[in-house]
Amino acid sequence: MLRITCPYCGSRNESEFLFGGPVGTERPDPNTTSDADWIEYLTVKPNPLGPVQERWWHARGCGEWLTIWRDTRTHDIVEAPNDTE
Amino acid sequence: MFADTVCVGNVRDLILFTAVQLIYLDLSSCLMKLDLVMQKYSLFSLAKNALSGHRNWQQAWRSPPLRDQYDVIVIGAGGHGLATAYYLAKEFGTANVAVLERGWLGGGNIARNTITIRSNYMRDESIPFYVKSVAMYEGLTKELNFNMMHSKRTMVDVVQTYPKMRELRRRQLTMDIYGSTYEQISTDEVRRRIPALTGGGPDARLPIIGGMVHTDAGVNRHDAVAWGYARGADELGVEIHQQTAVQSLIRGSDGAITGVETNRGTVRAKKVVVAVSGHTTTITETAGLKLPLRTMNLTAFVSEPVKPLVDVIVNCPDSGFYFSQSDKGEMVIGGAPDMGQSFRRDIKQNVFEDTVTSMLSLFPAFKKLKLMRQWGGHLDIAHDASPIMSKTEVGGLFVTAGWWGGYKAIPAGGLALAHLVAKGTPHPLMSSFTLDRFKHLDFIMEAGTTTAR
Ligand SMILES: Cc1cc2nc3c(=O)[nH]c(=O)nc-3n(C[C@H](O)[C@H](O)[C@H](O)COP(=O)(O)OP(=O)(O)OC[C@H]3O[C@@H](n4cnc5c(N)ncnc54)[C@H](O)[C@@H]3O)c2cc1C
Ligand SMILES: [Zn+2]
Repeated sequence: MLRITCPYCGSRNESEFLFGGPVGTERPDPNTTSDADWIEYLTVKPNPLGPVQERWWHARGCGEWLTIWRDTRTHDIVEAPNDTE
Repeated sequence: MFADTVCVGNVRDLILFTAVQLIYLDLSSCLMKLDLVMQKYSLFSLAKNALSGHRNWQQAWRSPPLRDQYDVIVIGAGGHGLATAYYLAKEFGTANVAVLERGWLGGGNIARNTITIRSNYMRDESIPFYVKSVAMYEGLTKELNFNMMHSKRTMVDVVQTYPKMRELRRRQLTMDIYGSTYEQISTDEVRRRIPALTGGGPDARLPIIGGMVHTDAGVNRHDAVAWGYARGADELGVEIHQQTAVQSLIRGSDGAITGVETNRGTVRAKKVVVAVSGHTTTITETAGLKLPLRTMNLTAFVSEPVKPLVDVIVNCPDSGFYFSQSDKGEMVIGGAPDMGQSFRRDIKQNVFEDTVTSMLSLFPAFKKLKLMRQWGGHLDIAHDASPIMSKTEVGGLFVTAGWWGGYKAIPAGGLALAHLVAKGTPHPLMSSFTLDRFKHLDFIMEAGTTTAR
């Protein structure tokens, strides 16, 4: 069971949250982007052996959406890797 | 070898035969040598080897030295990699194939799965593929001369909500077209077929409203599938190299694949098949190839062995679990996947508890069962939950991936992929499952991929 820190409620059990999926790349402008890039944006998500960024929804709590980094090898919630914002 | 076809019909024959064997031990060892050409498993070979204390069985496959060049490299000796290699040699005459396996053969997800073989899928593209795969499984013992312990025992879906019932009825209508069996049954009939199902009564939060029966479904022995294909492929000249981890793919100046880098050095081939289930993106990204796959954790656990209690595969999609009883008597239980991406091979406590809680709501007597072992595997799933068997934008590089519930797909998947690799054109059974579908947003959204839920 993960313990996820909600900015309002503090550290809470994973079972209070719903998984909102991995954070993908930024949405390109559909008017100017190529078909290939648009499809990649729609279908390809980062799948690293290591930290992945994802959204969780505190649905059974305050209702806040939040973003965490989680290591896919250990399930530990980790700091954002250095090379990302 | 001729004697292999003789069936030892009664005990007298066996005794006579034993006596003859004892007298002609020399002849026996001579036969052993003959056997090296091709060791058939039969009652005869069993009896013969019993005489020498089972010390003279030939190795089921060789461990030859690793060469630096092959026609085809298959990465991963799981079900899909081994079946692909087998059919390449058997059906398409391509035997100069090396299967490279990081760990040991058959030790990946094929060793972790709950062996449910079924074809109750939703889409026109999927059903014929799985119908073929189920049929191939039924003939696999003969095909590979290896006892698959196939048990076609039917699957019963226990339905507790009307939307689920409507979805399964809709599946039935499509399945009817393609000759897969699915039939609605009443709640009474569900309970008659599964006497241990005592929960889900009228007072339950989700009362049982009926069920579906899939008589084509069955289970078999996962080790036999891996070992049978390995032995069959080896016999046809394929080399299997265990403890050989592929670290990266190598591309030539024209961008096409030229080989792989391994912990045992460089191995070259113009065609490379990625069959690594769960690690597909880890490998393809070394060639700069991104794929619409995410890796997730799926888990299972087994109880202590108990007397025969349930003789069908029980699937409870609304409660989110399924199970069958193994020949040893253990309940083999699977639940819903963990939500986020994961490369772990264990079960999360809350996933485990959720599954047990759901199970006890329908099978309250199971609270006395002791659970013995739990484990997980990591599988990749495609954006539309359908498999990918495809060429890629890297010349000579093929992938077979997105195998969420891909154990049942091993025979047809291997055959179809071998066709693609050998001929360069998709097998009719899988032409919809290439990467092209993503280019056209022509997804095959498949509700039938997961058993539970
Ligand atoms: C808990 C659980 C229950 C399941 N239940 C079912 C079920 O009931 N029915 C069903 O149809 N399916 C089921 N599945 C899914 C099924 O197990 C998989 O879809 C299938 O086994 C995947 O194909 P495979 O056998 O080729 O994979 P694997 O057996 O995982 O083979 C891949 C191989 O590649 C190797 N490999 C990885 N990386 C490298 C590398 N870099 N170099 C060399 N080798 C490498 C691995 O070591 C592994 O041996 C289940 C899975 C799990 C985890
Ligand atoms: Zn909150």
